[in-house]
Amino acid sequence: MSEQQYALEMIGISKEFPGVKALDGVTLQVRPGTVHALMGENGAGKSTLMKCLFGIYKQDDGEIKINGEKVEINNSSDALRHRVSMIHQELHPVPFRNVMENIWLGRFPMMGWGPIKFVNHKKMYKDTEDLFKQLDIDLSPDTLVGKLSVSKIQSIEIAKAVSFNSQIIVMDEPTSSLTGVEVEHLFRIINDLKKRGVSIIYISHKMEEILRISDDVTIMRDGKKIGTWPASELTTDLIISKMVGRDLTQRFPDRFNVPNGVILKVEGLTSPEPKSFKDVSFELRKGEILGIGGLVGAQRTELVEALFGLRAISSGSVSINGKEVRITSPEDAKKHGLALLTEERRTTGIFPVLSVHENGAIANMKRYVTPYFLLNEKRKKEEVNKMVEKLRTKTPTPKTLIMNLSGGNQQKVLLARWLLTDPDILLLDEPTRGIDVGAKYEIYTLIADLAKQGKSIIMISSEMPELLGMSDRVMVMSEGRLTGILDGAQATEEEVMRLAAQH
Amino acid sequence: MNINIRKIQGFVSQNAIYIVLAVLVIGIAIYNPNFIGINTFRDILVQSSTRVIIALGVAFILITGGTDLSAGRMVGLTAVISASMLQVEDYPRRFFPDLQHLPLLVPILIAIVVGLIFGMINGIIVSKLKVPPFIATLGTMVAIYGINSLYFDTDPNQSQPIGGLRDDFTRIGSGSIGSGDFKIPFIVLIAIAVSIIVWVLFNKTRLGKNMYAIGGNEQAARVSGINVTKYLIIIYSIAGALYGLAGVLEAARTGGATNNYGNMYELDAIAACVVGGVSTTGGIGTVPGVMAGVLIFTVINYGLTFIGVGPYWQLIIKGAIIVAAVAFDMRKYASKK
Repeated sequence: MSEQQYALEMIGISKEFPGVKALDGVTLQVRPGTVHALMGENGAGKSTLMKCLFGIYKQDDGEIKINGEKVEINNSSDALRHRVSMIHQELHPVPFRNVMENIWLGRFPMMGWGPIKFVNHKKMYKDTEDLFKQLDIDLSPDTLVGKLSVSKIQSIEIAKAVSFNSQIIVMDEPTSSLTGVEVEHLFRIINDLKKRGVSIIYISHKMEEILRISDDVTIMRDGKKIGTWPASELTTDLIISKMVGRDLTQRFPDRFNVPNGVILKVEGLTSPEPKSFKDVSFELRKGEILGIGGLVGAQRTELVEALFGLRAISSGSVSINGKEVRITSPEDAKKHGLALLTEERRTTGIFPVLSVHENGAIANMKRYVTPYFLLNEKRKKEEVNKMVEKLRTKTPTPKTLIMNLSGGNQQKVLLARWLLTDPDILLLDEPTRGIDVGAKYEIYTLIADLAKQGKSIIMISSEMPELLGMSDRVMVMSEGRLTGILDGAQATEEEVMRLAAQH
Repeated sequence: MNINIRKIQGFVSQNAIYIVLAVLVIGIAIYNPNFIGINTFRDILVQSSTRVIIALGVAFILITGGTDLSAGRMVGLTAVISASMLQVEDYPRRFFPDLQHLPLLVPILIAIVVGLIFGMINGIIVSKLKVPPFIATLGTMVAIYGINSLYFDTDPNQSQPIGGLRDDFTRIGSGSIGSGDFKIPFIVLIAIAVSIIVWVLFNKTRLGKNMYAIGGNEQAARVSGINVTKYLIIIYSIAGALYGLAGVLEAARTGGATNNYGNMYELDAIAACVVGGVSTTGGIGTVPGVMAGVLIFTVINYGLTFIGVGPYWQLIIKGAIIVAAVAFDMRKYASKK
């Protein structure tokens, strides 16, 4: 055991930023040909550790060894030279170029005479095809990347990593926007890579996945390593308690909401777009949490965005408290007591360069306008800060720019933004996406409290335990159609999956 | 000790623009102590007045994440319009030979409204037709110059510089209140008043909050229930009205107008804004910053001439400051990552 050769060793890595010890003597040892899960809450130091590996940060202390040899990595091309690559959570391909150009970008095969060189498209095409065949990827090398799904783009990134002959591939939340089928395909590729001796560092928040795919699990907390265990010795609860540093007796809070009386009635709602939602009818009761399950492409986001006036409706009706309403803009939606927490927090939620306070106030500005067009700054400050505090948002001051907060705290500010408008119906689209376990529980508690106060909630979730654990009823969609509504307490994952894959 | 250095660094990076301004003034004063004097400062303020008004108009648009290339040509158009209606009655080459004596405010308001309408057109093109602001205002910049030249070329003026402006009008540009050495020019008072009004709009009104939000993340603004189209049109219109006012003041200050007035002013205004800390990607910018940005360029202009630096060298220094200011700003944000 003492002489075991590791594919990658990061030994005693420490990194300090002004005022924070981001990494404190962390050691990570990855065996060749294995999947090594790296876990921890947001802020635990996972990404800082990976940034040290890729030379984005320079560690203050500690060393990195690859195949037992000490290496110095100062930038991403050094990393590639040492056969280390990364698949980022958010992929940034060049959208207006085709698949093969994205893969071979920066190292196009060339041909020509002497100093006059041209890109050899034929060879590039052939190389790409070969690569895809190896990895069982079904894609034409000359498709425009902008047209592809996230999952396809991800397989391109993986192919790219393989084309660099990478020995260590870091995957950061690779399944966060994949459907069930696509996840299976990814896992097949991962298993294939393992067989070729490639080591994978797998960063994810999804316990079920980690336990299924990984060989070893390293857990971090507050910049320190808690330990490394074989995945076979761990359970979801064990991992969570090690990550959070306390025993979590339950993953979801008790709910005391009592649904009664219909508040929202949707009948035959159909989108003008052919592939979008079609003929959707359902009712939402006062004080109820209605979960919406389904695969990516089920058009759940499109449905709630249409309810919120962000998308057009070609037929069907929406009634609130028995009265039919026509909502054609978010302004209308607000007037009718609706609020929407969008799925893409960064692109459609936060104003990164504005303060926490302004981010919280923005949807409710009307309330603070005085007769002279000026804003009642004092009242605005009091109300917003009170709400932000009530949700137990961790921010240095209300004046801090929201981009400096963690994902969970940003989400709380966004929730505060909408609660200030005093909505009756909250549309929550993947409310805990990309948020760490501890903060998730807090968001769940907030949702449960809101329902108890009589607010009605529609919650889209792709995480099965969350969907089943939080919903009074679960409505399942498949390819834009409603395929069933289940009782939350009795529904099983299998049932939801069966309905989700119906069309 | 360490903390003190960090505090100082923080202070410097937060207030860089004001420090640069102070260093410039002090540097020039050391070179030639005569620079320090009431007359110099008054000249600098007078020269900065119309520029501040244009720059504040441009700042509105930059903060929404847009840009405005048509600002200078709008200044030219409104200068010509106001001047054409405010000539003395016995001037031999009147633009409107039979025009009666109008109350001073009428031509001024007409010019401001013309600015507002063209601003509104910019806003509609950008928000309704979804044309990128750079292209939209490039188009209107060219077209407005055409419109101005057509107007300028009508009989009997036929592209002659408009002169012989009424005293009550030119007094706005050259008169002042107070006596002896302590005279404050009207035009400076107007610029200060406009700055205060714009500051209130930016910081104390819903319009201002929504402007920062649209520039910070337009999609999120829309989802938050802000009518982005409406606010963009309002914001471009306000900017247009400010250019209109600036055009009036340019005519009053110089006592005349031609269709070439205002040429390239938009670039000076954009430069002053970015040097003053307005982000070209939107969401960031303050009124004091814009004012300091304008002052820096006027001080360079006036002060370097004062100590005998030639105009070509001044251009090189101006260019270097624009690039350095933005590079410094980018560093500030890059280090936050």
